[in-house]
Amino acid sequence: MARNENKVKEPLFHIVKRSSVKWYQAWGVRIASIAAALIVCALVTMFLTGKDPLKVYETMINGAFGSEKRIWNLLQGIAMLLSVSLAVTPAFKMRFWNIGAEGQVLIGGLATAACMIYFGDKLPTWALIIVMLVASIAAGAIWAFIPAFFKANWNTNETLFTLMMNYVGIQLVSYFVTVWEVPKGSGQIGIINQSTRAGWLPTIGDYDYLLNIIVVLVMTIGMYIYLRYSKHGYEISVVGESENTARYVGINVKKVIIRTMLLSGAICGITGLLLVAGTNHTITTSTADGRGFTAIMVSWLAKFNPIMMILTSFLLVFMQKGANEISTVYRINQSFSDIITGIILFFIIGCEFFINYRIVFRHKNKEEK
Amino acid sequence: MSKKILSVILAAVLVLCGTFALASCGKKDDASKGADTSDLKVGFIFLHDENSTYDLNFINAANEACKALGFDESQFIFKTNIPEGQQCYDAAEDLVEQGCTIVFADSFGHEPYLIEAAKKYPDVQFCHATGTRAHTEGLNNYHNAFASIYEGRYLAGIAAGMKLNEMIKEGKFTADQAKMGYVGAYTYAEVISGYTSFYLGARSVCPSVTMEVTFTGSWYDEAAEKEAANKLIANGCKLISQHADSMGAPTACETAGVPNVSYNGSTVSACPNTFIVSSRINWAPYYEYVIGLVKDGKAAEIDTDWTGTLKTGSVVLTDVNTNAAAAGTQEAIDAAKAKLENGELHVFATTGDNAITIGGKSVDSYMADVDTDANYEKDTEAVADGYFHESEKRSAPYFDAKIDGITLLDENYGS
Repeated sequence: MARNENKVKEPLFHIVKRSSVKWYQAWGVRIASIAAALIVCALVTMFLTGKDPLKVYETMINGAFGSEKRIWNLLQGIAMLLSVSLAVTPAFKMRFWNIGAEGQVLIGGLATAACMIYFGDKLPTWALIIVMLVASIAAGAIWAFIPAFFKANWNTNETLFTLMMNYVGIQLVSYFVTVWEVPKGSGQIGIINQSTRAGWLPTIGDYDYLLNIIVVLVMTIGMYIYLRYSKHGYEISVVGESENTARYVGINVKKVIIRTMLLSGAICGITGLLLVAGTNHTITTSTADGRGFTAIMVSWLAKFNPIMMILTSFLLVFMQKGANEISTVYRINQSFSDIITGIILFFIIGCEFFINYRIVFRHKNKEEK
Repeated sequence: MSKKILSVILAAVLVLCGTFALASCGKKDDASKGADTSDLKVGFIFLHDENSTYDLNFINAANEACKALGFDESQFIFKTNIPEGQQCYDAAEDLVEQGCTIVFADSFGHEPYLIEAAKKYPDVQFCHATGTRAHTEGLNNYHNAFASIYEGRYLAGIAAGMKLNEMIKEGKFTADQAKMGYVGAYTYAEVISGYTSFYLGARSVCPSVTMEVTFTGSWYDEAAEKEAANKLIANGCKLISQHADSMGAPTACETAGVPNVSYNGSTVSACPNTFIVSSRINWAPYYEYVIGLVKDGKAAEIDTDWTGTLKTGSVVLTDVNTNAAAAGTQEAIDAAKAKLENGELHVFATTGDNAITIGGKSVDSYMADVDTDANYEKDTEAVADGYFHESEKRSAPYFDAKIDGITLLDENYGS
């Protein structure tokens, strides 16, 4: 046998699954990959534009942190992305692939906008905000409940179902934009209640986005505790690991699926509320701005840990702000910043492979072993 | 291990960059103080980037104006791809923080957010193209602008009418078969004003002409515009014009060999045999006007509603394509242009040979919806002295009458 083995041509390297990864190893790989990404970006920048890459990075950082206002915008961007990510996380942990966050956010926003338009001059502010909160949570939760109900009862494919619910949501928003548009034919609602500010979420001091940020921060901590220390959180992970095990230990899987998706949709609804009443004060089909999909990446990269998600959403928003600043300052098309963002994401996602696996090179002195 | 060391070094470099960026930012703030005009900084907000013909028209004008004023690159900042949402407010605020004292925006939906910014920064001039609310908002630092593009379309319509006349003369069809087609985006005052003036221009030289209009429900939908143009051609339209931003209609015309009057710039390179002429708004005169006033410390004199005209150079026509246009087109355009400029001729005349009629009746009075409100209330009398006063009560068009001679095949109010 030994003789035969020597004749087999061993490849230059092969891939071995790492049995256990220490946290510092994992972070070493991640940091190294970001460094490698920055080097590749620098080369691409120099090659394509002839700009000094260090200057380009400086511009990126300046774009995200360059002024107090920019830092606020950065925090707001993180908060909104994080909020959607928090929503999808419990579902993901349960291995329920909710890719319908985009639609759930839009429907929550639509409910908010409807309340602002129809009750704006009829209810006092505090009552209006309560109505908006209830409506947005209910709308988001219903949008998530529908696919969950079908999954729990008839085991339909939740990925397709939630995905298609997005398009229904987008079309509904599109329809109501036509109903509410001002002026007629312009295809947009404009700022709702601009003169009365009815239904606008209050601002804390001079900081437009502080309330949004605080709400999301509280939700982040809440979600962390919920997933980590509550019975519900435990049930979610058991159902995620194995439905049969869950059934065996007496967990009502149906109930967990529906309950978790209601929670997921409710948080999306709140995000819609924050985006419509706390940020844009209008609704368009692009109010969610793709966050429903970006959130999937935020959640996965953070391994479904809400606290780590602060970091991953920071990373994504930072890159977006920085990349926009590059295109503004150097007057190059925004596609260039998309290229840079793409390269960095490629490395960051790719590095997860090297965290789970390691490459073993061919040993020269195998016989001695 | 070496990778780790490298990463530490890079992280350190990044941190240094950050500090440097913040420090240099502080320096810039100090430099922008002072009364010297070379410190003037102007910000531009664009909905898309140069890949959109609509925004390209603004971007070119901004570059032209800044060049004409002798600005160096640090004095004007372009923010492209700014959606019509809170991002517009954020962009405006960021421009102000970078020291801009004038902020321009180019898309209709930017308006409410720019108004919010104008309320917050009373010392900065906010100038919004195509908007409708400056005259009712009561802000000293918020302004609207548009151009009397209906005059340009009228002139382009003359070229269309002459082409029809030529084809009638050649015996291709009879005078009562002279029908034009028009591809519009939305059934919305700006579009209605546009196609009506185009039609009136054509009718001024070809009295028997009629027109069919169809709407795509989008400002940019190449497939829908192409399909719409083909539908009109199949309906027997002998000439096509459009008010939408893609190449859909012009290329459909080139394929079918039907003459086309274009918009927003020449399409002659793609349609050498069918392109006749195109009208467009040149925004450079407006930019120069506003920046010039602010530079001289006369920001208070900026018009609340500024309407560019043929005279200011804001309404321009491309060269007539002699391959496709009828003989004498340029001369006819020049003659009408002179009359429009000296006030002898009015596009939306309610008296005279080419007067508009609605339901067979002449128009003595027309209440237009000039002040924006949710109920589209008709609030302003626009007819006086024998013509409809377009773009005088406010800069953005408000002519929305459906006049005789034009048939709407469908209507589209959005989304």
